[in-house]
Amino acid sequence: MAQRAVPVIAALIVAGLVIGPVTAVVWRGGGVSALSPADLSALRFTIWQALWSAGLSVVLAVPVARALARRSFLGRSALISIMGAPFILPVIVAILGLLAVFGGNGIVNVILAPLGLPRLDIYGAHGVILAHVFFNLPLAVRLILQGWLSIPSERFRVAASLGAPLFWLLEWPMLRRVVPGAFAVIFVICIGSFAVALTLGGGPRATTVELAIYQAFKFDFDLGKAASLAVVQLALGLGAGAIALLLARGDFLGAGLDRVVQRWDGSRIIDGAWIGSAAAFLLAPLIAILIAGVPGLLDLPDSIWRATLRSVFIAVCAVMLTMALALPLATRAGEAASLLGISVSGLVLGTGLFLILQPFVRPSSLALPVTLLVNVLMSLPFVLRILRPGIDDARADFGRLGQSLGLRGVALWRIVYLPRLRRPMGFAAGLTAALAMGDLGVITLFSRPGEGTLPLAMYQLMGAYQMEAAYGAALLLVTLSLGLFWVFDKGGRLNAQA
Amino acid sequence: MLRLDDAAFRQGAFDLAADLEITAGKVTAVIGPSGAGKSTLLHGIAGFVPQTGGRMVWQGDEVHRLPPDRRPVSMLFQDNNLFPHLSVMQNVALALTHRLRPSAEVQARVEQMLQNVGLSGLSARKPAGLSGGQQSRVALARALLQDRPIMLMDEPFSALGPGLKAEMLDLSLGLAGERTVVMVTHDPQDAARIAEYVIGVVSGQADPPVETARFLRCPPEHFQTYFGRS
Repeated sequence: MAQRAVPVIAALIVAGLVIGPVTAVVWRGGGVSALSPADLSALRFTIWQALWSAGLSVVLAVPVARALARRSFLGRSALISIMGAPFILPVIVAILGLLAVFGGNGIVNVILAPLGLPRLDIYGAHGVILAHVFFNLPLAVRLILQGWLSIPSERFRVAASLGAPLFWLLEWPMLRRVVPGAFAVIFVICIGSFAVALTLGGGPRATTVELAIYQAFKFDFDLGKAASLAVVQLALGLGAGAIALLLARGDFLGAGLDRVVQRWDGSRIIDGAWIGSAAAFLLAPLIAILIAGVPGLLDLPDSIWRATLRSVFIAVCAVMLTMALALPLATRAGEAASLLGISVSGLVLGTGLFLILQPFVRPSSLALPVTLLVNVLMSLPFVLRILRPGIDDARADFGRLGQSLGLRGVALWRIVYLPRLRRPMGFAAGLTAALAMGDLGVITLFSRPGEGTLPLAMYQLMGAYQMEAAYGAALLLVTLSLGLFWVFDKGGRLNAQA
Repeated sequence: MLRLDDAAFRQGAFDLAADLEITAGKVTAVIGPSGAGKSTLLHGIAGFVPQTGGRMVWQGDEVHRLPPDRRPVSMLFQDNNLFPHLSVMQNVALALTHRLRPSAEVQARVEQMLQNVGLSGLSARKPAGLSGGQQSRVALARALLQDRPIMLMDEPFSALGPGLKAEMLDLSLGLAGERTVVMVTHDPQDAARIAEYVIGVVSGQADPPVETARFLRCPPEHFQTYFGRS
């Protein structure tokens, strides 16, 4: 009985942590009638930019994925691995990198200016869309590449020997199956993305609902307004999430993209151009951070180092807490409980927690625990997605053997499941740590000046135009995020035999 | 003896009916086409597949409500007999203890049993470092060390070559001693060589055991196509 209680308790904790804040938000937010014209325009902009971001990402991803599917070249697998990196790349770092390339004094403008071309302005709606494409183009490429590689190579051979049109016969049906799901997943991500709008958006033309929540908190200190906006965001997220659940297939964390389909069509030059442009678009901002960050590292203010400690602490705690909840949940239908979290954005949860805590304590004194909690809830669905197949395999392969040896409860976990799960657990822990390390969301609502995490401290440096220090902080942040990921992931592989 | 009294087992959408008695201390082969229910019968006896009707009685005691590890059976599976992340010593010691660092006494018993199955000095290895035949021996050592009166064998040696398979069968039965052995096989020759009785299983129905010689000389009608005689 006691063993059965553990997953139930974990499920209740997770459900409670999601439902509690949501209830608080709905309670306080009341009807949608409270929305002002500005709020409605934020709602419109949120949907509009998400449609454009998802559309552009997917449309551009198709030729890139096709080129990757049929060309083999040096560095191909490295490029595909790098396309998995934006998922764990701190958003604020990428934005600073994009500013370095596309910003007012960025590389692109330096090149454009002597040619007499108009200056590029990254702030505003197109900046938001650009940043979203930067983050989601790689995801779209990986999803669509998976679709391409799922077509058996024999079919390409048969089609080639018949001289049949490859596109209509093989590729179009695949795209029709894969693209809507990719679009929907990216749409959901862009609906709930906060840090991009915070840094590049703003003003009447480029304010998302999430940004409006933040502004209601920070500038108006109008909790009622923040709550009703959070209700809007909640409805938006749940609606988009439901659509994505219907459309999305495939596992966007999946591996096994190493194969190249041998084909006899297409232009080597055009494929090369697509791959080259995509690689340049993705790598230039990161290289810019690397180059500009090194000098800044030397004179980082003390406050940055304190913020770094806080962030690392949050990341490590998030890993432990997420695993403690994920392991029992992964054995039951607990995945459903955690899925709640994926369509409820961090800022909505944060607003709810703020409303709940405010009567009892000063919310800013709980900034770090709340950030930790929200990060745990946000990574839980991904972690479960990663752990479930491992647990299912272990049960299918060794469940009966374990039963015949009388292994159950703790002994079953110790002897069978945990050792079998080392690799996925390491990967999931790395993901959790990197996401928590780089998160710039709910902390912006709660934190007092000088008590933030590293991403927040970096954002404040950018706001104060201390760019040298901001680049240094960005390099530190990205190194720590990727480093934590690497350490955990490597830990899972170490001595993990067979 | 092991009596299946109007027993019915259900695995997913598949049902198996068995009303039969298996003689204690003898070797009984289970023969039948693929998908007929041979494995379901063994897994039902072992307690992995739920029993949906009837009784199972071993030496006068009802056993069909017991969990797998409390039944009088040990089992050799078709595959995944060993945990790949545990050493040979740990794998075999699980028959006696759930400690991954077994006591000296347990270690000595494991070493003795490994010697009996012809595996000395390999107890520190992981399964991946063993050949297929050696892995079978480890699984056999553990099943023997569990020391249950019934040993169920679900084609555990089917991945081995014919010579090695015969060798492993002889070794298993030699070491099984007085135990009751029930083994699934595809090969009538295996049955002829080592089994005294044969249970024929066809499309969800397990027939009562028949003496092997008689079964092979004049197989039941639905076995004639299976054996390839018409």
